[in-house]
Amino acid sequence: MNPASFIEQVRRSWAIAKKDIRIYYFKGPVLIFGIFMPVFLFLAFLMGSRQLPLAFLVSGLVGMTLFFTATAVSPAIFPWEGQAKTLERLASCPITIEAIVFGDMTASILFGIGITLVTVVIGLALGLPLLHGITLLVAIFLAACCFSAIGMLLAVPPTNVPSNIMMLSSLIKFPLVFISGIFIPLDQMPPWGLGLAACSPLTYFTDLVRYSFTDAHFFPVPVDISALAVFTAAFTAVTMYLHKRTMPKRM
Amino acid sequence: MTVMIRASDLTKVFGSNTAVDHVSFDVDEGEIFGFLGPNGAGKTTTTRMLTGVILPDAGTATVLGHDIRSDPVLAKQGFGVVPETSNAYTDLTAWQNLMLMGELYGLERTRAMQRSSDLLGMLGLFERKDQKVQAYSKGMKQRLILAMSLLHEPKLLFLDEPTSGLDVQSTQMILALLRDLNRQGTTIFLTTHNMEEANRLCHRVGIIRGGSIVAIDAPEKLKMAIERVHRIEVSFDREVPGDALEGIPGVTGVNRTGDKWQLTADNQYEVIRSLVAFSQQNAASIVTLNTLAPSLDDAFLRLTEVTGP
Repeated sequence: MNPASFIEQVRRSWAIAKKDIRIYYFKGPVLIFGIFMPVFLFLAFLMGSRQLPLAFLVSGLVGMTLFFTATAVSPAIFPWEGQAKTLERLASCPITIEAIVFGDMTASILFGIGITLVTVVIGLALGLPLLHGITLLVAIFLAACCFSAIGMLLAVPPTNVPSNIMMLSSLIKFPLVFISGIFIPLDQMPPWGLGLAACSPLTYFTDLVRYSFTDAHFFPVPVDISALAVFTAAFTAVTMYLHKRTMPKRM
Repeated sequence: MTVMIRASDLTKVFGSNTAVDHVSFDVDEGEIFGFLGPNGAGKTTTTRMLTGVILPDAGTATVLGHDIRSDPVLAKQGFGVVPETSNAYTDLTAWQNLMLMGELYGLERTRAMQRSSDLLGMLGLFERKDQKVQAYSKGMKQRLILAMSLLHEPKLLFLDEPTSGLDVQSTQMILALLRDLNRQGTTIFLTTHNMEEANRLCHRVGIIRGGSIVAIDAPEKLKMAIERVHRIEVSFDREVPGDALEGIPGVTGVNRTGDKWQLTADNQYEVIRSLVAFSQQNAASIVTLNTLAPSLDDAFLRLTEVTGP
């Protein structure tokens, strides 16, 4: 066994993911920012927009849920672990920083996918037809990877105070929700709004979810999928590079 | 003799403070190496660099033949670390912590389970293995950390103040285990404030002050190196005048301490022979005779004292 081999590091990163699932899924901030926040946002929007079709609303809920859940776990893990000194334990173990980050991302991805599938089931129970199931599954998987990488990116500043990171995280996440076609359909946005929307990966995911439920879409489906894939690769590479640089500063 | 740790010019700077300044030393296989120094001397920073937790700003560290900077995973696979403060996951049980370590070190699950049971039994934690660590006492947490660091049977063990603040029972248990491990071939790098612990455990000690190594040697050699004047404590079965003791050849000073006399001498062997002759000549039997070697505390204080401007 070569402990530094890729396969061995992936195995060890799964141990990190299992540990995260056991410890962090039921932490207060994760539940508040990951589950209650999107539900209440959706309910507030639902009350104020009775004229919008159910398919539009549920698509927005699915997009928002995945975005909030997949970005709820990952930003807080490093500060929590830095505070509890358990990060130092991991740093002295034979696992690379990339594998630790990948393990944290995996836990975040699974949390996001799990909760989002519940909202999909709710949509189906309300009578929405699922027209493109495979596309939806691919979109959920890709977007969960992308959003968890964003979550890890938010945890890059080497602070060991979780509330600082949660604040920074909210500061970035909320504007993204408003520019990504969740509350305002993309075809009703002004050009500058569309320009902003194109910079947000959430836009492409929401577009794919709408396509899956209603067959309507703003961008071509291959563009949506490619954009999500590119964002995922870029965010993952950047987050691993930056964490490698900042990790020693947390100790 | 295989070199297990080689630190060469290790340097770490935090802002304007050079915490560790060109520190170099070797630790050989089978050794218990004590790393001593006052607070803020750079002990923990050096240990963190050696264990790959932080990167040195200059210099190199080779652990078990692997450069800690370029081959960190291979180096870390062969050693275990017991930090000063417990860093087990308090939301997990002791058993879950050990299983996590087993996976992080690539152990087969059955092997990890067997080792965990053995270690928890040896360290008196088996009965509480399914309890979350947050309910553990400090001593229990430290014993768990030791178990976690030994799970993969490392050839080298780093310990940073392993018995600091522990009760006597936990301290004795840990020290006995360290002796056993060393007898079985484990090399031990021990950072400690406890001179008695270092004196009794370590084959060699390195003393660091202000980020620089000031001495590395066997504890006994360090003690003798700092003291040229020897002290001898003697008591007799009847009253002996101090003047008479001062007249013994080789005695340079006499002090009364309770019912005993403390003599200073340049050559302690010569004075002991003279004392025996003095006792016979004066019909005063010697009740106790002790040579008062300087303690490791004395050596430490002498070597780490800050000289004035």
